[in-house]
Amino acid sequence: MTPMYVYLLLIGIAVVLSMYRVFRGPTAVDRLVAVDIMTTLTVGMMVLYALYYGRMIYLSVALVYAVLAFAGVIAFARYLEGGI
Amino acid sequence: MIEVLSWIGQALILIGTFFYFLSTLGLIRMPDVYNRMQTSTKSATLGSLGVIIGVGLWAVGKGYSVSWISMTIIIAAFILLTNPISAHVLIKAAYEKGIPLWHGSVVDKYREFLEREEKERDAETQAASQAGTQGENDAGEVRT
Repeated sequence: MTPMYVYLLLIGIAVVLSMYRVFRGPTAVDRLVAVDIMTTLTVGMMVLYALYYGRMIYLSVALVYAVLAFAGVIAFARYLEGGI
Repeated sequence: MIEVLSWIGQALILIGTFFYFLSTLGLIRMPDVYNRMQTSTKSATLGSLGVIIGVGLWAVGKGYSVSWISMTIIIAAFILLTNPISAHVLIKAAYEKGIPLWHGSVVDKYREFLEREEKERDAETQAASQAGTQGENDAGEVRT
């Protein structure tokens, strides 16, 4: 059975690569796009951690994080649009 | 027999991480905020589907309870529903802010849609004003 940290390492590399766009992006929407992708990757990492520790309650943490990240991205987009 | 589920889950997780990597590659490589959004959101959604459902299958293969797979399917369905919505809202905010398209982009369907809508609205207002003046004339004739 392949050790779990290989997959965690692969997703972590992807998070670090998307961090480049957060620091470099010319406009605010670029950075927000990169943060959106990073939250999606973080949900995947949380689900993998739940399997690593063998506890199903951690999956609920991933679900709540996905909901809150969605709400946050919507709020930031409305703010950039000038709605709030 | 149940070992097979574990192998399938690991293969799905590998495919999902590959698509995660592709999404971040598109995020770095693409020239424009619209192109970046399209490439990264599509492949990140597919990759998260692979990773999350793969974790559920792997957990069942390791001997945990079957409710793992229902929970992971719930999370995957939620991400599949909400990720395109957030992408759409973000890119609409970018368009409203007036961020220009890349110089190599040729098609701008949203601007064509806005122009067409404005033209229709102008035609409607013209027709309404003409009808209004006619109605006033009719009313005047009735009064006289």
